[in-house]
Amino acid sequence: MAKFEEGLRYSESHEYIRVEGEYGFVGISDYAQHALGNVVYVDMPEVDDEVTAGEEFGAVESVKAASDLISPVSGTVVEVNEALEDKPELLNEDAFANWIIKVQLSDKSELENLMDAKAYEAFCAE
Amino acid sequence: MEKQTCLYDRHVALGALMSPFGGFIMPIQYSNITDEHNAVRQHCGVFDVSHMGEVRITGPDAERYVQHIFTNDVAGAPVGQIYYGMMLYPNGGTVDDLLVYKMGENDFFLVINAANIDKDVAWMKEHTAGFDIKLDHQSDYYGQLAVQGPEAEAVVEEVLGIPCSELKFYTAKVAAVPSALAAVPDGFPSGQIIISRTGYTGEDGFEIYGSHEFTQKAWDKLIESGRCKPCGLGCRDTLRFEVGLPLYGDELSADISPVMAGLSMFCKLDKEEFIGKEALVEQKANGVPQKLVGIELADKAIPRHGYPVLNTDGEVVGEVTTGYHCLSVDKSVCMALVKTEFAKLDTPLAVQIRKKVFPGTVVKKKFYDKHYKK
Repeated sequence: MAKFEEGLRYSESHEYIRVEGEYGFVGISDYAQHALGNVVYVDMPEVDDEVTAGEEFGAVESVKAASDLISPVSGTVVEVNEALEDKPELLNEDAFANWIIKVQLSDKSELENLMDAKAYEAFCAE
Repeated sequence: MEKQTCLYDRHVALGALMSPFGGFIMPIQYSNITDEHNAVRQHCGVFDVSHMGEVRITGPDAERYVQHIFTNDVAGAPVGQIYYGMMLYPNGGTVDDLLVYKMGENDFFLVINAANIDKDVAWMKEHTAGFDIKLDHQSDYYGQLAVQGPEAEAVVEEVLGIPCSELKFYTAKVAAVPSALAAVPDGFPSGQIIISRTGYTGEDGFEIYGSHEFTQKAWDKLIESGRCKPCGLGCRDTLRFEVGLPLYGDELSADISPVMAGLSMFCKLDKEEFIGKEALVEQKANGVPQKLVGIELADKAIPRHGYPVLNTDGEVVGEVTTGYHCLSVDKSVCMALVKTEFAKLDTPLAVQIRKKVFPGTVVKKKFYDKHYKK
């Protein structure tokens, strides 16, 4: 069973964001990692790249297919999770502990367009 | 609407991820592709390959007819011998790749790709003029299991009770249905099965053709035995890819001849004639504009079907046909169709993966060694 962690905001394309002050940690949900199966590669942006809400910023690859990562927010990438370069399977082990990028948010009002855990769980059940 | 194989209900009951392939709704994976892949490399896996098509050619001109439509040379073959080869268009493009089983004098059993069944049967029928043959399309009668892996021989003999150790690589025999698997006669072809030492994984293994009822009972026995992991088409593709076996639609097509795909050894140009021979002779003499190569990337990013292949100047010189992060050797590799001038081993090439360009090198198309028992 997929987990739906409270306190995060979720997108319909199954990314989550954990907001801490001016920053947000973006990853894929536990539901998404279940659906993908074994993650074998994470294609991540570079530090200082700009990301835009609703636009692709990388990809997560399983054996069979590549799935685009869609940014839930706009801003500047200030850190990427380099551990995923060597151990992409960390996303399967704990998707919420292993964020993919840390973003300096440019517009916090975008967070209101995202779902809370309850709404996201209902969305996944549809 | 996709067709179901005779094992559809069993796949669903096992919780398989089902997806359309070649006109059928097929199991892609039961647990996960990596585990199923490794089971076949290390132990034993069973695949439902009932979607494959079967055509029986008999009659006084059967051998001459097969020689006419097929690139390999079956003349004077011993009964039980199997040949891999292609059917070609006159311009050398590929109609399909297939196996031809010699079941008797002027009696051949042709196994074709699911996605090409209608096209192939129409093509065969179009070319029967002048041949005294009977062409019997039998795809709807046969189920097919592929039992693959280093333990396949023991599993087939001990679990199914079908003797197979004497079968040499690429040979087949007709066998009686073992009494434990016998059922009320269920029509065609009652009481008999065809078993061959063949497969599409690069491992030792067997393919077993029988009635739907036989196929269902044999599948149940194999799964219940616990000695054989159910494996989906996902790992079938990673397994065949690693050992450099082509898939029609990726490495072969109406636009890709066997010469371009590096499969000339299965096209016997010293044969008197076959459809497409003149085109292949011309291609061998004058060269082909594109060739199929292997490319190994330095990075772990995964090249996928259709991604552009670039030269060191950044110009597009080809396209990926199949790519994976190769499970058996932990490298990102692909097969790609590239302009012939870039097809030499060690040529630096790159693959564009989404927005980034990943450098690589031309390598042999075989990324993992086959382990056939010959």
